[in-house]
Order: sequence, then C-alpha cells, then structure tokens
Amino acid sequence: MRQLSILIILTFTASFAKSQSLLSLDQLEKRLQSGRDTVYIINFWATWCAPCVKEIPSFEKFNKEHGLSEKVKVLLVSVDFISDRKIKVIPFVKKKQLKSEVFVLNEPDQQKYIDRIDKNWSGTIPATLFVKGKKRKFVESEFSYLALEKELQNFK
Amino acid sequence: MKKYIFILLAFVGFSANAQINTLTPGTSAPDFKLKNVDGKEVSFANYPNAKGFIVVFTCNTCPVAKAYETRIMELDKKFAPLGYPVIAINPNDPEVSQGDNFDAMKELAKAKKYSFPYLYDAGQVITNKYGAKNTPHIFIVSKTATGNVIEYTGSIDNDQQNNNPERTLYVENAINALRSNSKPLVNSTKAIGCTVRRKAVK
Repeated sequence: MRQLSILIILTFTASFAKSQSLLSLDQLEKRLQSGRDTVYIINFWATWCAPCVKEIPSFEKFNKEHGLSEKVKVLLVSVDFISDRKIKVIPFVKKKQLKSEVFVLNEPDQQKYIDRIDKNWSGTIPATLFVKGKKRKFVESEFSYLALEKELQNFK
Repeated sequence: MKKYIFILLAFVGFSANAQINTLTPGTSAPDFKLKNVDGKEVSFANYPNAKGFIVVFTCNTCPVAKAYETRIMELDKKFAPLGYPVIAINPNDPEVSQGDNFDAMKELAKAKKYSFPYLYDAGQVITNKYGAKNTPHIFIVSKTATGNVIEYTGSIDNDQQNNNPERTLYVENAINALRSNSKPLVNSTKAIGCTVRRKAVK
C-alpha cells in the first residue's frame, strides 16, 4: 500500500513536472513519431489570444471524450513568450484546470518555425495541426467541438 | 429593397472575413491623411525631404507589439535622420479592442515619448488598403519618380523574444539596401504578432 502511494505520488509529480514545460519542434517531431497509430491534435495558442482562449474548452472536451480511451492525443502548444511561462501560462492552466498536455514553444526564430510547421501558415493563431503517422493536416482557424469530431473521422 | 439590404449585409459579412490581401513589394503605396495623437493630420506629403518611410501597423495592446516597441522607437531614431522616418498606424478597431482607443494611444505616445506619429485609422480604411494582418506589420516605402512604392513587407526581425542568436534585421537590412540604391535582398517575411482586431460582423 505504501509503495503504491509512493508510486502514485511519483507518477503525479512526473506528470506535473512535464506539464507546461518548454518544447522545441525537434522534441515535438520526436513525440509525433513515437506514436504512429495515434492521432495527434496540436493546437497553437497563447494566453493573450482571445479566440484561442475561447476555443480551448472544445479541445478540453475533445481530450476528455477521446484522449483516455482512444489513440487520440491533444497537445496545447502555447506561443506565449518563454519569459511569460511562469507568470501567464502556468497560472492560466491552473485557473482553467486544463487536463490536456500544455507546452510552451521553445523556438527562437518565428520565421523558421512557422514555415517548418506549415509553409502556408501566415503565423496567425489559433492554428491546429492534425498528425497521424505521415498524414498531416494544418488548419489556420478556430475549431468547435463538432468540427474537431469531424476532423477526427477523417483521420481514423 | 429589404432583399437588397440583406444581400449587402451578407456581402459585408463575407468581405470582413475574407482573406486579407497584403500589398506586395513593387506595388504602389497608398497615401493617407490620418489623425495623429497630437490632433494634427499626417500624410506622406508632410515629409518633403524624406526618401521613404517605415510604415508600422502597431498597437497598444498586443504583447508582440509591446515587445517590439523599443525596436520601433530605435528604428525612427536611427533612420529618420537618414531620410526614412517611422510612421506608426494603429490598425485595431477601438470598439473591439478598447485598449486601442484614441485616448489610450495618446497616453502611450506621451508616456513613451514617441519621436514619430502614431495615427488613428478611423474605420480601418488604410489598414485594409495595405492589408495589415498582424501587429506589428511593417511596410517600407520608397519615394520614386513614379510615386511611392512598397519595398518590403513583414516583420522587423526574426527575434520576437530577444533570444535568437542568429537574428536577421530585415527592416535595417532593407533600408541599408535602399540607401545604397539596390533592392532589399529579402523583401517579404511573415508579419508575426496579434491578429488585427477587425470590426465584428453582426
């Protein structure tokens, strides 16, 4: 029993430490390649972006409905300034009690990373990338829960 | 008649959400006459001795614009004496983004002692003519024998957070090229920042 509780504490700490950490595009690619049969939904957002904040509940609901039982993973990647991680992003995640994985993008060159994610991305957020194995789709607009459901069907 | 209005409204709704077309290098730069924070109107004609302009669509509220504010002030200090003054225009609709109303603009310009005009674009007319997408969004304009021409459009540099060791100063490089009578090597980048707050369609 004691071991079990230690294990639980350890797991909890590990997942907590992982949350809202910095993420480079190389790390993201690695992550995407680790689960080739998983549909990844990567949402690019920021605490200061009103339409992003508005659509986050849809992603949260989507993660709740699909994330545990199916091979579906929602990653919320914030493009807030790295210096705002502790003062803006972490308090936001706490306040909204977000259960999806949240990261802060760690890329110094905006012109480079935007092109790397998708050549046609103007740089505007919210934007969402769907990945399953080699299949990719990038959408530069807001999402409702129903629109996410529809997109998932295309990826299954 | 009712039908007509409906069609008209539908069209307005569509165009507000339609793809914003940003003016590209080589095309002519529309002149304007906009109210500055000091109450006077400003246009290109106010600068008979300028060789060109650094037109910056920027605002009070966007964190990216804030991060670039000092760099915009420095651009004016460096390049206004060389013939390329900064002209800043706030592209946001003040009803949608209240922190960008004219009084707030006046306060910011005064507090930061802007050495350049900070213009209010009533009805977002000039914003839409240039096709400004985000704040900040830069257009470098040069005066030529055939009129004012866009020479560069996009970001100031590729270093939003001041942490890119390989940063490229797009605006500085472009102006330096123009000053030596050549064209900018890079004349277009993505203007990355906060989406221009356009009037909501009811």
